[in-house]
Amino acid sequence: MAPIIELRAVDKSYGAFKALKAIDLCVEAGEVVVVIGPSGSGKSTLIRCINQIEAHDSGTIRVNGLDAGRPDQLTRIRTEAGMVFQNFNLFPHMSCLRNVALAPVRVRGLTWAEANERARKLLARVGLAEQADKFPNQLSGGQQQRVGIARALAMEPKVLLFDEPTSALDPEMVGEVLDVIQQLARTGVTLIIVTHEMGFARRVANRVVFMDAGRVVEVGPPNLLFDAPQDPRLRTFLNSILST
Amino acid sequence: MSVFETFLNWKVFADSLPLLLMGLRITVGLGVAAILLGAVGGLLLALLRLYGPAPVRFLTITYINVFRAIPLLVLLIVIYYALPFVGLRLTSFTSATLALSLVSAAYSAEILPAGIEGVPRGQAEAARALGLSKSRQMTDVILPQAIKLVIPPLTSNAINVLKDTSLASVVAMPDLLKQATQAEALAANPTPLIGAALIYILLLLPFVSLVGLAEVRLARRTR
Repeated sequence: MAPIIELRAVDKSYGAFKALKAIDLCVEAGEVVVVIGPSGSGKSTLIRCINQIEAHDSGTIRVNGLDAGRPDQLTRIRTEAGMVFQNFNLFPHMSCLRNVALAPVRVRGLTWAEANERARKLLARVGLAEQADKFPNQLSGGQQQRVGIARALAMEPKVLLFDEPTSALDPEMVGEVLDVIQQLARTGVTLIIVTHEMGFARRVANRVVFMDAGRVVEVGPPNLLFDAPQDPRLRTFLNSILST
Repeated sequence: MSVFETFLNWKVFADSLPLLLMGLRITVGLGVAAILLGAVGGLLLALLRLYGPAPVRFLTITYINVFRAIPLLVLLIVIYYALPFVGLRLTSFTSATLALSLVSAAYSAEILPAGIEGVPRGQAEAARALGLSKSRQMTDVILPQAIKLVIPPLTSNAINVLKDTSLASVVAMPDLLKQATQAEALAANPTPLIGAALIYILLLLPFVSLVGLAEVRLARRTR
């Protein structure tokens, strides 16, 4: 079976800064891939190129067989690959319910009644049934991020991209968000997660990708990558994280 | 004659009030029409300026600059007195609405992009990531938030438009000021002018204080 996500020789620069250098990466359907690496290593850029929130410069990106370089396939790619953001990016002028129901109506063509019903179920699934009619600014950061996850799930995507989903949260709220993601990992949806939570990475990942300076340096199952790192850059990175 | 009899003559005021109120209706009608047309035109110009192809952007910016530079009274007189020479004869109401809308659109077009750019980038990213079309990103996500940001400056602009309706009296528009000057001539007493001034103030004072409040609130929130 073809991989659900396929990157071949992907390059991306911001001016003179090369954010991604010749990235090759395949992700199989149902896999949970965690991307780690120092800040500025290109991990966020990598997943933002998958749904073309950032356009890549060269190389090919395929999502479920669709070519991300083709503008006519962009909307389909974005419906196949949902995204959860570091800063939640909920729409502040809409209730949580509306945040979740909006895209199914506008993109999938559901009626509001159908979409609201779906949204209520999803909000219940992330433990926020009671908060559906509140506005994002009435919720805690952890709750907002769970709404963000429900919003991405509402499109019934095949892939979910998490861009540092807990980095903007107070420490006591990190757990509730990671729990929701861990539950998702068991449902068979493909997850690609950029995170600094190493314990979490070890628990949920099928594979861990270590990036440094715009390159994929090492890929492997978590026990190998964390317990027997090969590349010196990975060893330095892990040491720096463990010592803090 | 005492100062009161001259400037605040109750009988003259009472006599002229029906005329003044007729004028007020025209002033408000003209103001509302120009504000609405100017807002629609301003929104179109703002979108063209932000998202149009380069030549369109250039034309839009030229329009905005020209109509911010031309004095409204001059524009009004050109429309009302000069256009008939090329066969375009507009009523005083149409001329005034046109002049006010053209200028108000230019000012709105200057204000709205600031609001659109004031919406955090993550909002557009989230809208894109959900697969919303370009126009849906705008109408569902960006504009509702942008408009909130620009309500104080847009209200200021609307206040200016309402005030500037008084210029229409020079093209024989029977607005509040025109009615007041006529009543003054009729009564040989300036009280109607004072009355008109008070009506303008009463009409606009609530909006002026609202803008003041909103600006204080915005400043507090962004601090």
